[in-house]
Amino acid sequence: MLPRDLLRSRPEGLYCPQGDFFIDPVRPVERALITHGHSDHARAGHGAVLATRETLDIMGLRYGPDFARATQAANFGETVELNGVRVTFKPAGHVLGSAQICVEADGTRIVASGDYKRSRDPTCAPLEPIPCDVFITEATFALPVFTHPDASHEIGQLLKSVRQFPERTHIVGAYTLGKAQRVIALLRQAGYNDVVYIHGALQKLCDYYESAGVPLGFIQPATVEDRGAAPPAGSIVVAPPAAIDDRWSRRFADPLACFASGWMRIRQRVRQRGVELPLIISDHADWGELTQTIRETGAGEVWVTHGREEALVRWCEINGIAAKPLHLAGYEDEAE
Amino acid sequence: MERFAELLDRLVLTPSRNGKLRLLTDYFATVPDPDRGYGLAALTGGIGFPAVKPAMLRALVMERVDPVLFGYSYDYVGDLAETVSLIWPAGENDGARTPALSEVVERLGQASRSDAPAVMARLLDQLTPSGRFAAIKLATGGLRVGVSARLTKQALAEFGQVDVQEIEELWHGIWPPYAELFAWLEKRGPKPENAARAPFRPVMLAHAIAEGDFASLEPSDYAAEWKWDGIRVQAVAEGGVRKLYSRTGDDISGAFPDLADAMHFDAALDGELLVGDPRDKTGTFSDLQQRLNRKTVSQTMLRDYPVFMRCYDVLALEGRDTRPLPYAERRQLLREFLTTLPADRFDLSPTIPFETWKELDEKRCNPPHPIIEGVMLKRKDSPYLPGRPKGPWFKWKRDPFTVDAVLMYAQRGHGKRSSFYSDYTFGVWAGPENEPVLLPVGKAYFGFTDEELKQIDKYVRDNTVERFGPVRAVRADRNHGLVLEVAFEGLQRSTRHKSGIAMRFPRISRLRWDKPTHEADRIETLEAMLPRE
Repeated sequence: MLPRDLLRSRPEGLYCPQGDFFIDPVRPVERALITHGHSDHARAGHGAVLATRETLDIMGLRYGPDFARATQAANFGETVELNGVRVTFKPAGHVLGSAQICVEADGTRIVASGDYKRSRDPTCAPLEPIPCDVFITEATFALPVFTHPDASHEIGQLLKSVRQFPERTHIVGAYTLGKAQRVIALLRQAGYNDVVYIHGALQKLCDYYESAGVPLGFIQPATVEDRGAAPPAGSIVVAPPAAIDDRWSRRFADPLACFASGWMRIRQRVRQRGVELPLIISDHADWGELTQTIRETGAGEVWVTHGREEALVRWCEINGIAAKPLHLAGYEDEAE
Repeated sequence: MERFAELLDRLVLTPSRNGKLRLLTDYFATVPDPDRGYGLAALTGGIGFPAVKPAMLRALVMERVDPVLFGYSYDYVGDLAETVSLIWPAGENDGARTPALSEVVERLGQASRSDAPAVMARLLDQLTPSGRFAAIKLATGGLRVGVSARLTKQALAEFGQVDVQEIEELWHGIWPPYAELFAWLEKRGPKPENAARAPFRPVMLAHAIAEGDFASLEPSDYAAEWKWDGIRVQAVAEGGVRKLYSRTGDDISGAFPDLADAMHFDAALDGELLVGDPRDKTGTFSDLQQRLNRKTVSQTMLRDYPVFMRCYDVLALEGRDTRPLPYAERRQLLREFLTTLPADRFDLSPTIPFETWKELDEKRCNPPHPIIEGVMLKRKDSPYLPGRPKGPWFKWKRDPFTVDAVLMYAQRGHGKRSSFYSDYTFGVWAGPENEPVLLPVGKAYFGFTDEELKQIDKYVRDNTVERFGPVRAVRADRNHGLVLEVAFEGLQRSTRHKSGIAMRFPRISRLRWDKPTHEADRIETLEAMLPRE
């Protein structure tokens, strides 16, 4: 079977004609396979959804229990057959519950990676490269200038700044699902045992991570009625990125805006965001991880999607791997 | 190198002065010699490596990465040094030790033009991305981290618990890596002696006079001079060495060779650098601007905009320190001494005769030249004291100009103000009387209280008509809008602004919530305030 007969791009998303299902569709469809819970990949209103237990739970938390007519949990490594198409979920290392989806029929195997990374993350299972004919890779940070440093180094910078400026509240902007919990878990690994204060928008997901066996230590709401329980100067507050320079931040002692994101590698981005302490912590693969993963899958062909497709296609060309951009609408790179 | 790179990265993003000072003092306190000394030299503009050029870096990186991938990356990042530092392939890890700043300085310093590429490439191989960025900035000059040499010296003073003037006084006699300076600041060694010839003497500064001060001041105790709006300079020529210093002790002789070459004397003079010929015509501030911030000066520039020094004090004369003498005696010495200097380059700042404060006030309000920005009061019996002692010298500035303008755009501030719209672009009416439009004439981001800031911020959010990134356009028409009374020090013609006008030192002096927008000023009001050419 030709790869494009197994999976192809349609306006709704990546479609498998034989299996009659979509992967991460951006519009409501009859049958959807979801790689992970970020809102640009996991949308409400599908008929049947197949995803990992964690992804289904996260969708339930975000959209309410009726986000789809029917759901089915996929276990990592177990194969499900859909109209003769063999489908297997394997960890992608992106956020809790994130999966790559391996689709196989008539001896052709395509792996849709969703979003992924290779660096250490205490909050989710690491990516396992899957040998395949076609690898569909994300390209959020697909330029050779994106080299993410070790996340523990960045957490070290944050803790150093807290020691250096103990009178200021450090507000860390971090995406609500995944990044925020990872930042907290990394702080704990670095030996930070004080209360970590969180924005209200993070509460449900932090609770869920705890219940799923990811310990986050002592966390408390940052904004409370009772003034006495408000974060003292020098605290660390984790909040959605939009909140760090919003009016919400004014309640804290001389707030110092931090932002945990792979984009913080680029100085111009840091300045645009008005960030005082950039933390280069990403849930997406950097250039080295992208190219390493492509090699490890042994894929003879690579389809590149959402991000800087042209650079990764160029790299594949130089390295003798067939590659093309796969134009899928509706995915945002800013969510990182 | 990594500590220095980290310092640079944090300095450039830290908006507050106190924050920068803390980062600097921590750096001096925790980084050992000689690294911190080289860091200090780099921050004060004391090191450069002319053998390393941006074109060379580009050539080096092209040997190592695919040009197409480099092109995509450079387009995205927008800065050559940053692109090179990030895209440079990680070198073979020889011992996992990155070179220290002192080693980087030493290796770059020893590099000749021919082996500089190899030396630079080897360094880039051994450093991390942010270390590479710092090394490139260091090598090509211009760290651009928003820290002046003056602020760095201030941090040194705080680190060593000494007065910043002591450091300025020493500065031109000490050299990187400043080991003896740090030893003194850490109370481990004696104060270094300034062995340099023609040293800088810390300047005496004036307090702004307040309304209440006059009651306790006796007019006859004070001499008055015009306050010239030029550049405060100190001309020192001793033992054959000639130096022209800025008020903070930076050597600016190179920018003003016409004046520096005329310094054939043995003295240290304090005065104002102005453009023109003192015997004939003193130039305006915009004439003076032609000579500011230039590294090299063309012959045409020297001919059309010659500079001279209007002297008002003498700090040393033929080997004698005159600073302890009273003002009146110093002035007498200065007057006599100036008769021996070339009259096209040096003259005496005249005194203004007056009997009463009221009489002086009238003169202050009607100055004889546009480059005068008020009067100076100097106590006749006072010695020349470094710093800003209260009492002997006062400045009494001319009242600012004001204009009523309409708020047009607001931009988010930085640091403490990042959640506030705190930078305001304002405009005045232009065009036909019956169908006027607002023309932006300036931007101001201070002059209001914290409480007023909150009010304007709310106003901006409630009256936004359009957003452009961090900027909001605010509703402003004949019937709606916020009128701001803007104070400023003067106007100049400008080809860079649509209005053709540039304001000096604009700030918000009052919020005119009460005033209807159609009563704000018109552009003709501002045009009438322009100095006559």
